[in-house]
Amino acid sequence: MKHTLESQRLLALFAAGCLLLNYPLIALWNRAARLWGLPLFPLALFVPWGLLIAALAWLMERRPD
Amino acid sequence: MSPLLVVAVSLAYLLTLFAVAAYGDRRAAAGRSVIASPWVYALSLAVYCSAWTYFGSVGRAASSGVWFLPIYLGPMLAMVLAWLVLRKMLRIAQRYRITSIADFVSSRYGKSPLLAGLVTLITVVGIVPYIALQLKGISVAFDVLTAVPAVLARERAWWQESTVYLALALAGFTMMFGARHLDSSERHEGLVAAVAFESVVKLLAFLVVGIYVSWGLFDGVGDIFARAAARPELASLFAPGPGMAFSHPQWFALTLLAMLSVLLLPRQFQVMVVENVDERHLRRAAWVFPLYLLLINLFVLPIALGGLLHFGPGQADPETFVLSLPLSQGQPVLALLAVVGGLSAATGMVIVETIAVSTMVCNDLVVPVLLRMRRWSEGRHNLTRVILNTRRLAILAVMLLGYCYFRLAGEAYALVSIGLISFAAVAQFAPAMLGGMYWRGATRHGALAGLLAGFALWCYTLMLPSLAKSGWMADDFLLVGPWGLDWLRPEALLGLGGFDPLTHALFWSLLCNAGLYVGVSLWRSPSVAEASQALLFVDVFERSSQLQPVFWRGQASVASLLALAERFLGAERARELFERYAHEHGVVGADRVDSLERLQADAELVHFVETQLTGAIGSASARVMVASVVEEEALALEDVLAMVEEAKRLLLHSRELEEKSLSLERASAELRAANEQLKSLDRLKDDFMSSVTHELRTPLTSIRALAELMLDDARAEAGGAPAMRLEQRQNFLAIIVAETERLGRLVNQVLDMAKIESGHAEWQHAELDLVALIRRSVQTVAELLRERGALLTLDLPDSPVTVHADPDRLTQVMINLISNAAKFVPAGSGRIRIGLACQDDRVQVEVQDNGPGVAPEQQALVFEKFRQGGDASQRPQGTGLGLPISRQIVEHFGGQIGLRSQLGQGACFSFWLPLGAPDNDKNGDRA
Repeated sequence: MKHTLESQRLLALFAAGCLLLNYPLIALWNRAARLWGLPLFPLALFVPWGLLIAALAWLMERRPD
Repeated sequence: MSPLLVVAVSLAYLLTLFAVAAYGDRRAAAGRSVIASPWVYALSLAVYCSAWTYFGSVGRAASSGVWFLPIYLGPMLAMVLAWLVLRKMLRIAQRYRITSIADFVSSRYGKSPLLAGLVTLITVVGIVPYIALQLKGISVAFDVLTAVPAVLARERAWWQESTVYLALALAGFTMMFGARHLDSSERHEGLVAAVAFESVVKLLAFLVVGIYVSWGLFDGVGDIFARAAARPELASLFAPGPGMAFSHPQWFALTLLAMLSVLLLPRQFQVMVVENVDERHLRRAAWVFPLYLLLINLFVLPIALGGLLHFGPGQADPETFVLSLPLSQGQPVLALLAVVGGLSAATGMVIVETIAVSTMVCNDLVVPVLLRMRRWSEGRHNLTRVILNTRRLAILAVMLLGYCYFRLAGEAYALVSIGLISFAAVAQFAPAMLGGMYWRGATRHGALAGLLAGFALWCYTLMLPSLAKSGWMADDFLLVGPWGLDWLRPEALLGLGGFDPLTHALFWSLLCNAGLYVGVSLWRSPSVAEASQALLFVDVFERSSQLQPVFWRGQASVASLLALAERFLGAERARELFERYAHEHGVVGADRVDSLERLQADAELVHFVETQLTGAIGSASARVMVASVVEEEALALEDVLAMVEEAKRLLLHSRELEEKSLSLERASAELRAANEQLKSLDRLKDDFMSSVTHELRTPLTSIRALAELMLDDARAEAGGAPAMRLEQRQNFLAIIVAETERLGRLVNQVLDMAKIESGHAEWQHAELDLVALIRRSVQTVAELLRERGALLTLDLPDSPVTVHADPDRLTQVMINLISNAAKFVPAGSGRIRIGLACQDDRVQVEVQDNGPGVAPEQQALVFEKFRQGGDASQRPQGTGLGLPISRQIVEHFGGQIGLRSQLGQGACFSFWLPLGAPDNDKNGDRA
């Protein structure tokens, strides 16, 4: 049961990652704005990337209870 | 910079690499592996970042902005599914000793040598130019560092160039650490240690350069972007703007391509699957590897923009900004560090790729041909040496092929764009590999047709145009199509336009590949060999290695199997394996020879030998060799299904056994716990008995002593001796009476306690007014209070407080608490306060005294039987049962009793009861 929950979470994370890092969502950030002095578009790619890693790390490292 | 210095530093770096690898091998031999760590495993996966990443990303960022990123976002997404997909690949490869992608594909589709050969061919064609690209990266970096103009560099003879020596050194390294001995698991600990070390070096070097450019050369990353934003031609790089053409299909295609490549590139398969020590390492690597990719990409845009701002667009080659920026600032040390980083990126990739490709070439191209020759297949030759030398030659050949391609192609387009072209080549394995892991119905013909079509389309739509663009062949067929057939144009097949060449090629090749794979597979049902391998692959998680079905039937002899294993694995190693097998199967003989003789040459042993051979020479050759020494019966599909059923039955049986033993274990644990409880109850009973007898003996002793005194006195009086005085006699008798009363009380209380505890006590249930009850109790003990000279204050409400309890029992509790307090307060100056307060649905009664108080460690004990508070010497009269009985009573009515006290501050006993809730007594009722 536990096992399938983890698999489902991974699949959901994969779907979320695919959506966040592809058209049409990335097209939303394609503008000449800047945030904290950094250009928005690269930021909108790096930040979801970092979040994906954090979520994956949480999923992979938690003790199977 | 002096070329000598650059060469010296590079040489020193290579020597360090040898040292690290040698250390790794030595530790492995000593049984203390350095690579048995999830961190090292994760770092070794970073071999994905080659020189193409190190130099190329900056170049790509300088020309097209964020387009360097999809190559790293793909692996990120792939790694999210690593635990599901990659783990399956790992489990399959490790269980069946699969050591290359070619072997994986061929083994899945019935151990087909043809498929293995085809996959090897595609790999060599696709990957050798990629190796060449790495050598070019190093060569260019050296030229930048030693300031050799590009024109001069092109005119050098091959022996004047450092790259050839580097290639030879790398070939030597790979042979030394990748093909030292024939190991059926193909693991190379030293090599992996070196690759992980290189990953650290390239990341650190790139980060140092990035930090230097951002904060040394400019005023931080924000400054670089701010300055670049002021230049429209640069601003469009990182903010293309809604108006700019941003090819989303290409973005998607690149991400997908990278996602597949990170699983299917030979070097990735080698470090991820073949060199894996423990599949649990995948959990750490799944997120550390993407994190590594994120870190190495952080400064790509800043360095690219910084270089463009510093040199001006078009003035310097953006691919070498990592080197030229520090050099232009007079920072030779930093530039040297950067070149060492580039060197580590390139060498790591070249080493691992070479070993992976050479394993395929050796096992899937050369060995099958060798075994066809009568001289090798029938003789009794020991083939280990031959195979090992083949492997070494293959390494050298792959390396030299790469070098020759680099010399020939040089500056050509074919080399510059080869990174993605290689990715597209290995992506052709995706349908056969991934499909084969999940789809039982796939067949060998399907895989062959898919691979052939994919490879052909890849050649036609991607490789040929790249050769044409390099000027090696007429490029008019690109524009008008071959023979003037417009619909055959390689970059717009069937007139499909609107895509860039890579997306176009990927679309057509993967479409036809997957389409034919599925279509041809559905043409007929799988053969026996295909179906049995499909079951082993697809259901790999369903059974442990001992319980898998073995699809083989026939006659074999242990001696011939052993002889076969000795030919390919060496005599010593083969015997060792057979002994381990015998040991694992519980076959124990008097000595080594005897236990081998007792072995049965059954299907399992045949399968075991075949698996071991697979590790050494690939599954297809192993199949052929095993078939040559045994007499096999052909299996029908029904036999395979029957074997699966049998394995399933065994599995169920073993699960049942497991469950039974589990439940037995549980039962015995329960019994043990019950026994423990009984024992402790028995101990408690003993304690209780000894306490009771002790308490009974004290009054009995004094009664007996006094009675004896008086008896002696009576005898003395009869004999005429002087008699005891009357008042003394009266005094003694009074003590005897008091002690007897105490005895009686004690016996009553013990009986009371026993009754309550056993649940035989009779309880009255009535609504009663607690305030009135307390006042009555106080009257009962008024005499005792007066004797002790204690002052009692009552802090009670005027209105009645109704609770549901037994009035007599509750009075007993109150009297206990008050008389207890009275006993402990100092004589003459005692103060006792009784309070009652209602909160929510409960009522709390407190009895506070100003006695010596109870030490914290004693507080829990006072409610236990015969544990009176304080020292035994100062203990006042009492049975030690008053508080335990009170507790039983209060808890019976659903309340709780407690003590709050500090030494010297008096004690406050309190209990609470639920307010007028008759159903609560059921909870406390033990009967």
